[in-house]
Amino acid sequence: ASAQTYGLGREALPEEVAAWDIDIRPDGLGLPEGAGSVLEGEEVYLEVCASCHGGFAEGTGRWPPLAGGFGSLDGEDPFKTIGSYWPYLSTVWDYVHRAMPFGDAQSLSDDEVYAITAFLLYMNDIVLDDEFVLSNENFTEVRLPNEDGFYMDDREESPLWGAREVCMTDCAESVEITMRANILDVTPEDAALRE
Amino acid sequence: MTDSHHKNGTTRRGFLAGTAMAGAAAVTGTAARATGPDPAITEVQPWARYLGEGVDARPYGTPSEHEAHVVRRNVEWLTADPISSVNFTPIHELDGIITPNGLCFERHHSGIAEIEPAQYRLMINGMVDRELVFTLEDLMRFPRENRVYFLECAANSGMEWRGAQLNGCQYTHGMIHNVMYTGVRLRTLLEEAGVQPGGEWLLAEGADASAMTRSIPMEKALDDCMVAFKMNGEALRPEQGYPVRLVVPGWEGNMWVKWLRRLEVGDEAWHHREETSKYTDLLEDGRARRFTWEMDAKSVITSPSPQAPITHGPGPMVLTGLAWSGRGTIPRVDVTLDGGINWVEARMDGPSLDKSLHRFYYEFEWDGSPMLVQSRAHDSTGYVQPTKDELREVRGENSIYHNNGIQTWAVAEDGSVENVEIA
Repeated sequence: ASAQTYGLGREALPEEVAAWDIDIRPDGLGLPEGAGSVLEGEEVYLEVCASCHGGFAEGTGRWPPLAGGFGSLDGEDPFKTIGSYWPYLSTVWDYVHRAMPFGDAQSLSDDEVYAITAFLLYMNDIVLDDEFVLSNENFTEVRLPNEDGFYMDDREESPLWGAREVCMTDCAESVEITMRANILDVTPEDAALRE
Repeated sequence: MTDSHHKNGTTRRGFLAGTAMAGAAAVTGTAARATGPDPAITEVQPWARYLGEGVDARPYGTPSEHEAHVVRRNVEWLTADPISSVNFTPIHELDGIITPNGLCFERHHSGIAEIEPAQYRLMINGMVDRELVFTLEDLMRFPRENRVYFLECAANSGMEWRGAQLNGCQYTHGMIHNVMYTGVRLRTLLEEAGVQPGGEWLLAEGADASAMTRSIPMEKALDDCMVAFKMNGEALRPEQGYPVRLVVPGWEGNMWVKWLRRLEVGDEAWHHREETSKYTDLLEDGRARRFTWEMDAKSVITSPSPQAPITHGPGPMVLTGLAWSGRGTIPRVDVTLDGGINWVEARMDGPSLDKSLHRFYYEFEWDGSPMLVQSRAHDSTGYVQPTKDELREVRGENSIYHNNGIQTWAVAEDGSVENVEIA
């Protein structure tokens, strides 16, 4: 297709693309050379991650837990973590590298990210050896337990999809109130604003 | 019907104390009769006597001080901190379909990035013929278009999956805004770079400290997405991505990457954090839907609602609300006053635009008896907004996102309103 072009912008230099193109894919595309062990990871983790995510990746206060919750997804209170929910290890590497620590993003070296990722695998019992070294060489050999736990949006197969006849009159005998927000009473009060 | 008591024993009426209620006399039936001359008329008011401020006093105007309650609000307990958090548009106070820029709800993952426009760059890289860098000035030289679209957070109404929780449509439905965007078609920029065969996915990335990324299928990118630099005629607000954001019409708000810095073309999806850990919808069997992009047809009555009680007593009244669909327009909204036993078609008013908010009204004589009001949207594909129970039947209660179930407000005889569920 020969679309109209305007000749605007300029060619991106390789150094510029390298600086910004930091994303990693499940097939390992984008992974930089590097390596880190579980024990090295624990050291970095305790220094820059544990204050929010807890010494054992269990989370503190409202901050996200990063480990545990196996077998909880079909229960009353699913506990979604890297080990119990996330499909791909590449996402851990990519996200830690791009956005963590919260408030000091993109401050970790590639080797530190490999090490933290290895530590998180260990905390989730996905690797059992604390001598384990994660690198760009063996990265795609590691699979997370819930890789097959996802499927493409299938709302169009749902019984709620498509045109439906609706009832307009005498649609029920009666209706009852079954739940009330005031019982819970967790809504912020804004009386102060209503002078 | 019950009257609605707070745990401290005061009724919702206390919440109204001090609100300016025009004409304190309750009106019943026909036109009210004056009990005596109205001082608002018979006495010269200060604004009719003294001079007001000049045209040099307000170079950028703000709302009247009497509208100080019309603000975005935060629900502290929802998130760990206010930096990676959300606030809510006061939709109960608004009318029409355009959201004022200063009231558009905010959702950030690392706070508001304050970008210097001179330092702004947009890169296109990956499977393209030419990897390019644009400045803001470059973007302004491409042909532009103007479109009105709603942006709804995927988690809008998410706190209501397990039942009625927050008392007010600002909180239950306020993760939404609707503005006119000015910008460049994303297709135009991608054609400038030359998408290569097999380039079926696009990664959009933000410049803030969360470096937000989402994978978007090329088909959508080339369809109606925009790279926008103005909202409602002026530059984007910092909290909405100044100077440039992505517009992904009809799709969940998370994909509308703010502070847009990079677009990468690839042959597969990236499966990043915001489309694996987050924005995936867990169903009852423990498996989850991913790539649930479209926002389905939805509506809500904005008045009366818990924050907008009926203060005028029985007689003529206006019921109004919003309806929208990520898959088209809204030709019809049904309204019920009796919890869904009987329905009437509401009156649609104002422009009906693709993937935009629509305004509906229902004017009627309220006899003062309790009501259970609901609205039910039909979109241009024929899809009908489901009840919450119909949704739970398919999804259970743990999917967090994409709750477009019908909302019920219980209106009491005193005009107070509560968020309820009915069966």
